[in-house]
Order: sequence, then C-alpha cells, then structure tokens
Amino acid sequence: MSLQSNLASSTTQLRAYAPKTDLNVASPPSQRERVRPHTAASKRDLRTEPRPIRFLIVALALLFLTVFVVLPLVVVFASAFSRGISAYFAALSEPEALSAIQLTLLIAAISVSLNLIFGVIAAWAISKFDFAGKTFLITLIDLPFSVSPVISGLVFVLLFGAQGFFGTWLQAHNIHILFAVPGIALATIFVTFPFVARALIPLMQEQGTQEEEAAISLGASGLQTFFRVTLPNIKWGLLYGVLLCNARAMGEFGAVSVVSGHIRGQTNTMPLLVEILYNEYQFVASFAIASLLAMLALITLVVKTILERRLDEGQIVSDD
Amino acid sequence: MSTAVARRSTLPGFGLTMGLTLTWLSVIVLIPLAGLFLKTFELSFDQFWGIVTSRRTLSALKISFGLSFAAACVNLVMGTVIVWALVRYRFPGRRLFDAIVDIPFALPTAVAGVALTQLFAQKGWLGAPLAELGIKVAFTPIGIFLAMVFIGIPFVVRTVQPVLIDLDPEIEEAAASLGADRWHTVFRVILPSLIPALLTGFALAFARAVGEYGSVIFIAGNLPNVSEIAPLLIVIRLSEFRYADATAIAVVMLLASFIIIFAVNRLQRWAQTRIPTH
Repeated sequence: MSLQSNLASSTTQLRAYAPKTDLNVASPPSQRERVRPHTAASKRDLRTEPRPIRFLIVALALLFLTVFVVLPLVVVFASAFSRGISAYFAALSEPEALSAIQLTLLIAAISVSLNLIFGVIAAWAISKFDFAGKTFLITLIDLPFSVSPVISGLVFVLLFGAQGFFGTWLQAHNIHILFAVPGIALATIFVTFPFVARALIPLMQEQGTQEEEAAISLGASGLQTFFRVTLPNIKWGLLYGVLLCNARAMGEFGAVSVVSGHIRGQTNTMPLLVEILYNEYQFVASFAIASLLAMLALITLVVKTILERRLDEGQIVSDD
Repeated sequence: MSTAVARRSTLPGFGLTMGLTLTWLSVIVLIPLAGLFLKTFELSFDQFWGIVTSRRTLSALKISFGLSFAAACVNLVMGTVIVWALVRYRFPGRRLFDAIVDIPFALPTAVAGVALTQLFAQKGWLGAPLAELGIKVAFTPIGIFLAMVFIGIPFVVRTVQPVLIDLDPEIEEAAASLGADRWHTVFRVILPSLIPALLTGFALAFARAVGEYGSVIFIAGNLPNVSEIAPLLIVIRLSEFRYADATAIAVVMLLASFIIIFAVNRLQRWAQTRIPTH
C-alpha cells in the first residue's frame, strides 16, 4: 500500500512542475481583477441567443424528454400500483415471479463474474503492452455492442440447436444448452461482453505502466503488482464496468428470448416474464416485475453518476 | 514470441493474458459469429437471394431501415436541441434532465416496450388524446418509429455533448467580433464543428434502432409487410425452424451494421483531425 501511495504522490509532484499555459495565471493579480468583470459581461452577450429563443429551446428539450423518457417511466410504476399495494406485492410473490427473479440473479452472477475476469485480463494485455493490431482487437471486443440482440441469440441457436453444428452430438450425450440455463448464460455473456473491458482499457492506457514497472523493479511479483498497484488505481473504473454489465445482464431481452424457449418457472428471466404476463393481459403483474427492473435501472443511473464524478476527480488529480 | 512483440514493456503476463483474451474472445464472440456466416454458405446464392428478396423479408428490411433512418433524423435534431439546452443554458432541473437522458440506455428494452405501448395505446395517457385527433400510434408503424426515437436519443446527446462543452469559446467570440450575427455564428461556425459528432451520434442511433427488438415489438402490431421489423422476422423464422431464412436475414443486418461501425470509425478519425480544441 505504501509503495503505491509513494509512487502516486511522486508522480503528482512531477506533474505539478509542468508549465501552465493559461495566460490569466501569468498576468499580475491586480490586472486580472480589473479585466475579468468586463470580459465576462461581453462574453455573455456574444455567446448566447435572445431570450425568447433560449426559452423555446429549453421548453422543446424538456417537453421531448418528458414525453419520451419521464412518462414511460411513470407509466411503469402507475400501472404496477394501479390496483393497490397489496396487488403489487401479491404479483411479486407468485412462484413464477420468484423463480424469474432467482434465474435473473443467477444469470447476472454468472455473466458478470466471467466478464469481470475477462475484462481485467483483456485490459491488462491491451493497455500495458504494445503490439500490432491493438485497435483491431479492441474493435473485435466491441463487436457484441453492434450486433442486434436477436442475432446474438441466433448465433447460439445455430451452434447448439437441434439443426445446429453441435446439435446432434449434444442430443446424443443428453446435454442441454439451448432452452436451459447454459444457453441463457452464454447469450447474456455475449451481449455484456465488452462492458468491463471497455471501461478499463482507456483508464489503464491513460495511467501508463510506470507505477507497475517501478513495483516490478522493486521486486514485486506480477500478481502483487496487479493487486497492490493496478487494482487500487482502477477500482472505480472496474466498478463502473461491473455496474453497467450487471444492468444489461439483468435486463437483456432479445438474445435471451431467442435461446430460452420460454419454459414457465424454469427458463423465464424477469424481462421474459414481463412479456409473457403482458401478452396475457395480466398488466399489474407484468408491470410489477417491470417496476423492479425500472428500479434497477434508476439505481444503476444514480450509482453511475456518482462513479463518473469519482472518475473525473481521479483524472483531475492526476492531470494537475 | 510474446517478448519480441511486447519488447517495450518489462511487465509480466503478456503471453498469458493475451492468450486468455484471444481464447475467451474466440469462444464467446468470434466462433459463434463465424458460425452464422458458415451457415449461410450452406445456401446457394440463388437460395440466399430468394430469401432476401422475398416480399416479406424485403418489407421487414424496408420497415426496419426506413423507420430507423427517420427516427435517427428526429434524434439528430432533437438531440442537438437537448444538448444545446443542457450545455449552454442554466434552468431549474438541468442536472436532473441531464441524468434522465440516459434512461433509454439503462431501462431494459422489454420494460421500455410495455411502457411505451401502455402510454400510446388507445386508452393510454397519450394514446387517448392522439386517438381523438384521429392518430393511431400503437400497433402501427408510427409506434415503431416512436419506440426507435426513444432508444436513439441518448446516442446523439452523449456523443455531441462533450464536443460542445470542449468547443473553444474564442472561435465564436471571434466570429461575433468580426461582425457575424448570432444566427450566422451558430449555423456557420458552431454547427459545422459539431458535424463529425452529430454524424457519429446519428449513425449510432440508426444502428441501434435497426437491431432493436424489445422496445419495438410490443408497440409494433407485427403485421407482416406492414409493421413487422426484421429482427422479429428472424425470431418468427426460428420458431418455424426455418434456420436458413433466419440466418440469411441476420447476415444482411449484420453486414449493414458492420458498414455502420466502419463509417463511425472513419468519422471519429476525421473528427480528431478537424475539431478545434483549446
């Protein structure tokens, strides 16, 4: 720990000697104070629009966000509680609902932990070493982001389905991947694949390799270096990636829908149950499950905002 | 081999971590995607062409790409308005609305789908007044379009926002002091320097809308040739065990999205060379 903090303080000291380019700092304080109010006033006049236009733009933006974003969210909770609180909790304690919640938690635990391990390993290889084709490798890791969720499910049906490449072999050995937990987990891992790696790679690239190299030259092993030097530096970024990965893993619908087979009480995750109940006109039950997912989204957003502030602060400290 | 490639670093673990990365990437992403293309090669070109140009497939592709394009256009305009309000003006609730922009990213698509349907259904909060005006939204292409607008909006806002924040204020001050009125400054000076970010946001919103499934299918109505999107047609073909049909449609969509990613990468490279920053 002390090794890491020493290194951190020495690098910030070094950076503090870098020349500042801001001209205001160079001019004497008395002059600065006299000039500033004048420029601030003229800046305001030059860089903004007439009052009616400002009002119109803000009104348009708020109206749009209210109709398209706020109202759908309010509808979820209003519909979930439309028959009262007891109906809401009754819907959530149905065995179907409970098994969907359980399965969703299980799938999220599997896919987040695997993608966490992969993300850290990939980010280490990509950000701490120079090699040819790095940009291409990052593009490949990003690939699942640009594949339609339905196609993300389809590729696993083509591999493991009855007519798929491994279909007959799996059937002969009585192994169930499709329409079972492994298939849902695979599709979810595919869909959430880039999150952790993408959160870590830019952060670790920016931090460079000096601290790790110093630790190694002082005799630390590779794992010691990672856990004592790298991990404390990337902990907020890591948490950020895990947070977004988890939100998507719990909320994924298209890919999971294709591979799950919709077996009630067995292969229904929460988003799938929302669909089934909605199509059966069980609106309160459907929106009750949906409200849990909406709360997950809201909590994710709040924590994300906090983490982004932490990450920004971290950058400001290292930049100055 | 690994030491020769990673010669500049004295850190350990390159061979191991790179090996694990490539293995895991292959198992989860590359092999499954390669399987998709392999499956299409089982079809002759005529079969493939027959599937892709059949009336139902063509209509689904037209609906998906056409409405996504229209929705991305709305996102481009409204995204710019929202970014402008959030970055340039101060009003009560600004921070809250800034955070709210991310909700379409964060809300699970099935939840967004049922919520939008409930909102725009004929008895819904917005559907009822619209129905009185004679506009039917839910279970029509208009519903698909609105759902696509919903999921696309954060892409434009979050791509353009940092660029507008970083824009050097001296440029517009210079334009103004040289006699340009505000209208000219905005449309001739500021917006042109936002173009790469705007196009990137547009492309991302478009790509997302084309592939979108969960938030669209509830409100879509899903009538073949009228309101059936391409991802839904893939699901229908799969449930009919017509794997070849599903695969052919998927390959067309996948190629389209690869072209879009390529365009976005080029755009970002272009943006890096031309945006004036301080």
